[in-house]
Amino acid sequence: MVPVSATGLGPAPRGRARPRQPAPTRQAGLRQLARDSRAYIFLLPSAVILIVFVAYPIVQSFWMSLHTWSFFASSHPFVGLQNYQTMVHDSRFWNALENTALYTGVEVPLQVGLGLALAVALQRNTLVNKFLRSVFFFPVISSLATMGIVWKFLLDPQIGAINAALTSVGLPTVDFLQSTTWALPAVMFVGVWKSVGFSMVIFLAALQDVPEPLLEAAALDGAGRWLRFWRIVLPLLRHSLLFASIMATIASMQLFDSVYVMTSGGPIFHTETLVTYIYDAGFQYFQAGYAAAMSWVLFMLILVLSMLQLRLFRYSEVD
Amino acid sequence: MIIGKSVDGRRQGAGRSTGRYTVPKASRRFARSNTPLYDRGAAGWWWALSGGTRWALLLLGATITVLPFLWMLGTSFKPESDVFGYPLRLQPSHPTLDNYQSIWQDLPFLRLVINSVVFAGGVTIVSVFFDSLAAFALARLRFPGRRIAFYLVLATLMVPFQVTLIPLFQLVFQIGWLNTYQGLIVPRATSAFGIFLLRQFFVTIPVELDEAAKVDGASTLYVYARIILPQARPALASLGVFYFMNNWNDFLWPLVMTSDTDMRNLPAGLTLFAGQYVVEHGVLMAGAVISLLPLAVAFALAQRYFVSGIATTGMK
Repeated sequence: MVPVSATGLGPAPRGRARPRQPAPTRQAGLRQLARDSRAYIFLLPSAVILIVFVAYPIVQSFWMSLHTWSFFASSHPFVGLQNYQTMVHDSRFWNALENTALYTGVEVPLQVGLGLALAVALQRNTLVNKFLRSVFFFPVISSLATMGIVWKFLLDPQIGAINAALTSVGLPTVDFLQSTTWALPAVMFVGVWKSVGFSMVIFLAALQDVPEPLLEAAALDGAGRWLRFWRIVLPLLRHSLLFASIMATIASMQLFDSVYVMTSGGPIFHTETLVTYIYDAGFQYFQAGYAAAMSWVLFMLILVLSMLQLRLFRYSEVD
Repeated sequence: MIIGKSVDGRRQGAGRSTGRYTVPKASRRFARSNTPLYDRGAAGWWWALSGGTRWALLLLGATITVLPFLWMLGTSFKPESDVFGYPLRLQPSHPTLDNYQSIWQDLPFLRLVINSVVFAGGVTIVSVFFDSLAAFALARLRFPGRRIAFYLVLATLMVPFQVTLIPLFQLVFQIGWLNTYQGLIVPRATSAFGIFLLRQFFVTIPVELDEAAKVDGASTLYVYARIILPQARPALASLGVFYFMNNWNDFLWPLVMTSDTDMRNLPAGLTLFAGQYVVEHGVLMAGAVISLLPLAVAFALAQRYFVSGIATTGMK
């Protein structure tokens, strides 16, 4: 969302242009101060919270990443970039990064692609379509952690419904979440299931803005459904595609809940993601400095991926 | 940004407006069955499929989507023997409310519910209030440093929450707020996203309204409370729904900030219960149903507020 909204800043707030100030008298200066202080009072609560609980921790996080830091220790030796060097040689980190990349690489295209397909399919405002939209959106409002519990139950090899269905058609049972082959795909599936409605809603809104005369003109020129979609609708959805894929990427890179609940990163680290490793490093092994360093790497990765997507969709060009 | 407008609320030209056009002969061949010729939705491979295939695919998708919810609901009414029964059925053999009774005893479930209400409700109310104050200052008041303040808000928006998680734990620990409501709520009592969203909405409200009030002698506070806030009701509602949903469903934050089962919210508490050796699935599912219920009801009543926040931030 960030880069999108940042570019969509829009004009500076409307308001009267500041009138030419007369030479400041003492009284006018005081009045000005009174007016300014009013603004600061409005800003105060949010400013205090943002500074203490957001800005300061961001800086502190980087500071911690330069130390061997343990939450409850009295001293924290400065080690420079050693935490970042450790990461380079930490195979568990690379594994977590690989899983996160795999998850993102599969989940994002599926979520965005299926979301777009659903939006196109359910675009007309019929009663049935409205109902189906609600159905596909419903998982978005549920908790990924709680639904992770439900999915774990569904995927259970002994009492799960999915394996019961597999057995009934003569297929072997699969212990999905304990299988090094199937655990990550299962988590991916749950991710797509949870978020596809989110993308769908973005595209549904955007589809309403596609101007009909354009489609009409194209149809008259002999463009079929597919061509009209590919050459007119899709380019007009560019901003929404960008937004949907950046949002999906950010969420995927931060995957935690479903993994923690369904597999705890297992079997043998096959579903461990960056955030589950950060959690373990920080709150299980109390290596706060190392965890902070990894969180900064995560931040940089998200930033780079967002920038790449902005380039890919040529956000600033054309319009 | 048209935050208040629901997706469905927008008039769609498709279908209805085709009457305006006279369809030239040459293009008749594009008109298939009864789909309107220039329907936006009728572009793409989807409409090349036959009607039956389209319905089958949609139905399959919808079934996969609702199945976990149905299974959860069905199991919550099953006696434990049904869970291990053969063949497995969606509906219980003898529907029972036992699970809904035991959940309150097997877990400090009432505590979890209260914690969720206090945490999600608290964050929502306080955040929307603080955000609106800050957004009002940024949108309407002139003061030295306004641009800088705005860009600082934007900058913090970019940083993922996980970056602050480790130092926040240390900070909350040092203040002595671990396992407390204030530890859960205060660090979240405002957000750059909320300030930004409301600010973008406030600047679309005509300044003439404020000015007319000011001519009549209204104070800044009056303009905020009586002019801007009522005008911004849809945006405030969308943001409120967004906050409530996210915090009600949140897992990582309560997991880190509380170690005491009595202070956990529903997702974190249920997970703890699910991790125990002997799990009664019916009871667990009953807990999941109850924890989903408030949002499901809210969604049924005010769907557009769930959707509009997402839909409109995506529009530019």
